[in-house]
Formats: sequence, C-alpha cells, structure tokens
Amino acid sequence: MNPSSAESAKRGISFIVNGEAKKVLAHPMERLLDVLRNNLGLTGAKEGCGEGECGSCAVLLDDMLVNSCLIPIAQANGASVVTIEGMSAHSLMKPLQESFLECGGAQCGICTPGMILAAAHLLDKKLDPTLADIREGLAGNLCRCTGYMQIFEAVAKAARRRVTQ
Amino acid sequence: MTVRHIIGASVPRKEGWDKVTGAARYVDDMALPGMLHGATVRSTIARGKIKQIHFGPGVDWNEYVVVSAKDIPGKNCIALILDDQPCLASEFVNHPEEPILLLAHPDRPKLRKAVEAVSIEYDSLPALHTIEESERQSTIIWGRDNTFKNFLVEKGDVDAIWKKAAHIVEGEYFTGAQEQLYIENNGVIAAFDPKNGVTVWGSLQCPYYVHKALITLFALPEEKVRVVQMETGGAFGGKEEYPSMIAGHAALLAMKSGRPVKIVYDRMEDMAATTKRHPSRTRHRTAVSKDGRILGGEIEFTIDGGAYATLSSVVLSRGTIHAGGAYYWPNVRIRTKAVATNAPPHGAFRGFGAPQSLFAMERHMDRIAQVVGISPVEVRRRNFLKSGQTTTTEQTIKENIDLDRLLKRALELSDYAAKKKRFAEKNKAGTNRKGIGIAAFLHGAGFTGSGERYLNSLVGAEAGADGIVRVLVSSAEFGQGTNTVLCQIAAEALGLPYENVSIAQPDTSVVPNSGPTVASRTAMIVGKLVQSAARGIKETLTKTGLLHEDYSPEQFRAACKEYIATHGALKSYARYEAPPDVFWDDEKYRGEAYAAFAWAVYVAEVTVDLTTYSVTVDDFVALQEVGRVLHPVLAEGQITGGVAQAIGFALYENVVWQDGRMMNNQMTNYIMPASMDLPPIRVFFEENGNVHGAHGAKGIGELPMDGPAPAILNAVEDATGVRFCSIPLLPEDLFEALRPEFNEQAVPSSVRGIA
Ligand code: FES
Ligand code: FES
Repeated sequence: MNPSSAESAKRGISFIVNGEAKKVLAHPMERLLDVLRNNLGLTGAKEGCGEGECGSCAVLLDDMLVNSCLIPIAQANGASVVTIEGMSAHSLMKPLQESFLECGGAQCGICTPGMILAAAHLLDKKLDPTLADIREGLAGNLCRCTGYMQIFEAVAKAARRRVTQ
Repeated sequence: MTVRHIIGASVPRKEGWDKVTGAARYVDDMALPGMLHGATVRSTIARGKIKQIHFGPGVDWNEYVVVSAKDIPGKNCIALILDDQPCLASEFVNHPEEPILLLAHPDRPKLRKAVEAVSIEYDSLPALHTIEESERQSTIIWGRDNTFKNFLVEKGDVDAIWKKAAHIVEGEYFTGAQEQLYIENNGVIAAFDPKNGVTVWGSLQCPYYVHKALITLFALPEEKVRVVQMETGGAFGGKEEYPSMIAGHAALLAMKSGRPVKIVYDRMEDMAATTKRHPSRTRHRTAVSKDGRILGGEIEFTIDGGAYATLSSVVLSRGTIHAGGAYYWPNVRIRTKAVATNAPPHGAFRGFGAPQSLFAMERHMDRIAQVVGISPVEVRRRNFLKSGQTTTTEQTIKENIDLDRLLKRALELSDYAAKKKRFAEKNKAGTNRKGIGIAAFLHGAGFTGSGERYLNSLVGAEAGADGIVRVLVSSAEFGQGTNTVLCQIAAEALGLPYENVSIAQPDTSVVPNSGPTVASRTAMIVGKLVQSAARGIKETLTKTGLLHEDYSPEQFRAACKEYIATHGALKSYARYEAPPDVFWDDEKYRGEAYAAFAWAVYVAEVTVDLTTYSVTVDDFVALQEVGRVLHPVLAEGQITGGVAQAIGFALYENVVWQDGRMMNNQMTNYIMPASMDLPPIRVFFEENGNVHGAHGAKGIGELPMDGPAPAILNAVEDATGVRFCSIPLLPEDLFEALRPEFNEQAVPSSVRGIA
C-alpha cells in the first residue's frame, strides 16, 4: 500500500474523550490505545502486552472497562471514552489515589492507571466489596511489582473512605 | 517539630502523585520533533556464519535508514565486563534473536513489514542448548572450554570428613529460566548531533553502565555522552545490562539518520530477545553427624550464561557465596561455573544467582532432615550460623544474630506445629493434600567482596537559595522507592522536613556516579553516602557561621540564600570509603563477602489438588531481619512483590525453549501470578541495626526472591511425600509423579489409590 492509499483508507472518527467531543482521522483498524496516545496525547494508558492480558491499557468505553489495545478505533466511533486523565472529576478518584499512595499500591506505576480505573469501575458497582470481590475485580490487571497485597488494601481503604465520607 | 521522625515513617512516595494520576512520564510517553522509530533485524538461527543479507521486494528501501555493524564508529561491543558481546553481529551469530541490522522509519507500523522483508542466509554451525551439552564440549562455542567463569571456595578439610560422617546425603537440584516481566518493555530514545554527541533517554537501572557502553561504541569522550533515566516501569535486574544494547542501537540509527530515534520493544520482542534469570543446576554431597549436624560437604553450582559473558561471572559469584545458606559449615568445598550455550545471554534478575543456589540448599536441608530422621525445623536449628562463627568464605559474623529466635517466631506466626499435625491427619483421605514448608536463608547487601571498593561511588547534595536540598545520585527509581528513601535519609541528616528535600532525575550530565541500582545496595550503601553529603551541606553553613544548631527550615533557607549569594552554589559530595574491617581475597574467594546480611525465615502452606494436579499456596509468612526499616510501607511492598515473583518462579513461570529460542514469549502463554493466584502474603520484620548502612538499614530488595521457592517445594513434599527437586514445578510434573499407574515407586502409600 503506498502512503496516499493508506491516507485514503483513513476515516473520520468522532467520539467523546474525557467529556470532550473529538474528531480524528484514523484507519478503522487502528487501536484505540494508539489513537489516545499518539493522536490525542493521552499517555496515561500504557501498552504492556498488546494482546489483552495485562490491563495496563485499560480505559472506560461507554462505562465498560476495556483493554484499549484490543479495540479498533472504528468501534469507538460515537462512543464515550474515559482515560485516567479524565477521571479527576470522578468522586472516587481522590479516595483511590490517596489510598494508593498511603498503602503503597503504586510502585513502578506502570500498571497504576489501569489498576485505578479497574478499581473505580469495581467500586462503582460495589459499595462495600469483599477481598474476594477486589481480587476478582482486578483479575485483568497484572502488576509485577507489588504482589497485589497493598493494592487490595488500597482499594478496600478507598471503599471505606467513601462509606464514611 | 516532627522532623526527627522521618526515618521509619511511611512518608508519601516522592513521585507518587504523578503515578496515581497517570502524569508520570515513561519513555514511550515522550516524543521528539522529527523522531523516527527503530526496529531490529535479528538472527533466526542459534549459531552460524552470516552469508548474505537480502533486502526483499515490496518495500521501498529508500524510505528506511539501515544500520549494520559497519556503521559503528567505535568498538563493536556492549562494554560491560569482558566486552565479548557485539552490538550488532557482523560475521557470526551465536544465539537466536541476536541483532544484525537496524532499521528506522517515521511510521512505526511500516517497520514490521520491512523487518520481515529482510532475509539472511547462514551457514549454520552446531549449537549447544543445555548445561550438560556445554560441559560435554562436543563443540566449543566460547573461549577454550565453554566456561565464562569458575570459582572455588575451600574451607577446612572436606576430604577428611567423609569417614567421620554418620550419613552422606546427596541431592541434585534445578531451577529454570525466568523472565523479569516488568510491565513496561525495554525502550529508549536517542538523539545525536556532531557537536554534543549522543543523548539517550531510557527505561533503565544504571545510567552509568549505558554511559560507559556508549562511550566505547561511539569512541566519544565522556562529556559527549549523556544518559537520562525516564520513569521506569519495573526492572528487577532486567534493565541492568540490556539497556546498553538498545541504547546503542537507537543511537546508531540517530547518528546515521540525523534525527532522534525511538526504539520501544513490543512484548514478544522483549521476551524473546532480552535477558532472563540464569537456569541452574546444583549438586550437594553433605557429611552429616548422627544428630543431624553438618560436618562438611561439597557443593557444585553451575549456571547457564547463554551466548555471551555479560554479567554471568557476577551472578555466579553471588550464587557461590550464598550456596551454603544460613548454616555453619566447618568444612566445605564449593565449585561453581558459568557455562556458555547458544541462547540469548541470561542476565540480572532480582536475587542474582542466590535464589538458584539457595533453592538447592533449602531443599537439601529437608532431605538431610529425612535421612537423619529429624524434623525440618530441628535440622535448621542445629546448623544455623551464630554470631562469631564464620561463613563458607570465612567471614566472621560480627552482627548480633539469633536465627533460632527468628525461626521460632516464624513458626508461631504461621501456626506451623498445629497445622503440620492437622494436615497429616486430613491428608489420609480426600482428593486434596495439604502441606507446610519452611526456608531459612540470608542475602548479602551491596556488591560482592571488593566490588564496592571498585565502584568507588560518589554522591552529591545541592542546596538552592529556596532552602530546598536536592539529592544528586545516579541511583534510579523503578518502583522500589529509591527517591523516597534517599530523600528521607537526607531530610533526617539535615533536620529538615521531608518536603524540603528533592531528588534530581538521574541524568549523567547532572548527577555523579553513585554506582548501579542493583544488589540491594541503594538504601545501605548509597544511603550512607547521601547522609554524609547532606551533613556536608549543614557543616558548610555552620562553619561559615550562617547557621546555628537547632535551626528552623526558615533559618536554613536564609542561610542557603546568603551562602549562595556569596559563593554561587552550595554543594557537597561524599565518596565511598570501605569500612576498615572489611577484608576480601578475590583469588581465594575468601573473606568478608558482604558488609551486611539480611536474614529471613519464610513459611509456605500449600494445597495439592489430586484431581487437577495444581498447587495452590494458601498462606505465606515472610519474616525477616533487615536492620532498620526506613519506610515500613515501601519495605513491606518490596517483600510482597518479591514473594509474588518467587511464587511465580516456583509454580508458574516456565520458559519453553526450542533451539535456544523462547517459544512462549507472550503474556498469554508465559504465566505470571495475577491477583487471584496469590495467598495472603503476611510480612513481618525483626529489627536489629548493623553498623554499615544509613541508620542501620541493610538491603531488602532481593531477599524475598530467595526463600519462597524452596519453602513451597518443601511444603509440596510435606503434602505429597514426593521429593521434587526442580522448578518451575508444573501440574504436568505432579501428574507424572503422583498418578499411580504412571509411577508406583514415587507415590507414597498415603496417596496411592486415591487419585
Ligand atoms: S496492553 Fe492492552 S492488555 Fe496489555
Ligand atoms: S506497580 Fe509496577 S507493575 Fe504494578
């Protein structure tokens, strides 16, 4: 394929990213992850494996937790995407971020954006999660640094904080 | 003021906020104007001569920048210890995935096709793929005898001991390769300009290793190479030596193209081409008295180094010194070697040889207990090192240690005795078997032997007119908490709040060489230097009369401001000085191997499912004595993280090799523990200061990698009665050993007939 035909294979994609309407020109099969990172400069989602195993590229797509490395951008057309950068307004963010800091939930930090999104998604569904709920809720997010214990603690603490707040 | 209590407090991680908001910048989050992307063409065979390189059709090669070994201005090697590893293979390849050519293009997706379009013809040569093949020397692939390095440790008279032994206990133990599997793959960006030379930004542990490698590769003076560490998404040793390779590649492409070049590996390339933990084989032959005391023994420890020497000699050294474990050996001979095979070089990974030789030692202790007829607890108790005794290298243990007490506490915390009884009862029926196992061990902090003296580390501190003191070190943060702990130490030394201390981004144009960020040396060795450098700032201010004792941060700021107004800058440096009582003989491998050891007893409780043949760890107690705990939350995180990796090492992480190539180089088929796979990891510390480190801290990062694997296999043996001596221990291994019709002998009567 020469460059001009590659250009012509691109399509306009309109979607909402972190509450703002965005339009990008992209090949329909381009990964949502790459569009977010390269076209929109949202580098909070990371590529750990590129095949849906690690969860470090997690974002919310119409309120579903997805691995953006597996989503062709065409699928995001018309949808609403929230990345870690867009979560600051979410009421759970402050308790989660503070608990992660206090409990040691982030070491190298590369899994952290995905981990926090997964945790927020879990806490959105469950008011008072058990340890088993937390383990299950984070099952799609790999962390090589922490051994998870302090992440579980951080999520539980954030849940308690929300209840008492 | 609360200033005095910074050490020992869990202050917030310095770069923590950036990490929890997604603002932290890793190398792949950075782009430079006009930047190209780079890719690597690698060998497809294990060993051979390169005959011809074809650039295939269907690719407009004019669009690509191509670099081969001919483009290297300096020496074609990755300078490290022996300089035997080429940066790009030119004539011969010695392992699969060896880099041969580099390509760059503005459009990253277009690189994959181009890499595939390059085909290389080889005359292949016979290759070696195991320790045994390498030892047989049917072909010589490295040096004169396929051996990178040998060590011999001798203490007492082993040959005289055999006839005095009541029992002679033998065993052979194996550990497999393990992938570091940091979640951020290796990556760098390089820029080149003729005037300033090379600049590299990367995900790395040791900025000055990369610096040294680039100086050699480009034949440039020191000041024309600059290396900057970006936020690093995990390393565990996997970014100790390899970044020099990828940095060299990106820099060569940058030089040839005149544009900045980014190379970020994808997961498959990272797993296939970069370093892993050395596979190992250990043989023990031990003379034991009637009551279970070690009289002496021979230990043979061999590691597979892969195709080039890289760090194998140093990994071997640590494995050698740890081979005798936490026990007193009146007589011992330890023979060790690192051999060459045609796999990508194995390299640094948390523990650095110690997890391998300690796995063998701790499995072997359980074996000795069985042969003698005493419990695993008792055999350890009877052989523990005590203060005043000497290690295998004849280092006298000067610190106050009480391993008996450590063991006793670990047994209490894990409810060992009661569980042991209960499990024995329960195991008589049902389709599950439960077991409990222990491992007692040590880990030396800092570089081995004379290493710290050679490193000669330098640390700086600089005060600004705003009264903020900045720590200047090349020690990198990659999750372990370097930034935080070093700032705590500086703040405490200066009597300033933690917030008034910051740390410079490791950038070789700004920070001095405080040595590599490895070997659990940062808190202990670099920490001590940070303390001295910080004190130097304070002394300068008090000596010049600008500051008096019991100052406030405000007075400190005023003093800095005044000093800087007159003198321009306020800096202080501290250089490593070997403690006067440390003696090490590199020839005989004898003496004070480490300035300090951390000690630990771990207890694992497992369930073996006789239907699925899987092993689950149900509970894990990790008790350690690491000197002063500088930051409880970070310290605990180091232990839980290390234990999790070691559980993977023991039960899940299996590198499947075929002709020197990793076949399962994906996260979908190389399995690391996920949130559902781990037991509660319960971490406890016993505090006991030692004289060398800052505030009595010893190293902590690697220790937790050593104990879990043997503790788990000891527990599996307790559960099943079968002696497994090799890790990873996979369901297929259990299946073979436990399925009655497969192997009658291996199955204990208690298990037979049930599965
Ligand atoms: S990068 Fe998407 S799941 Fe790993
Ligand atoms: S904090 Fe490093 S991978 Fe999770």
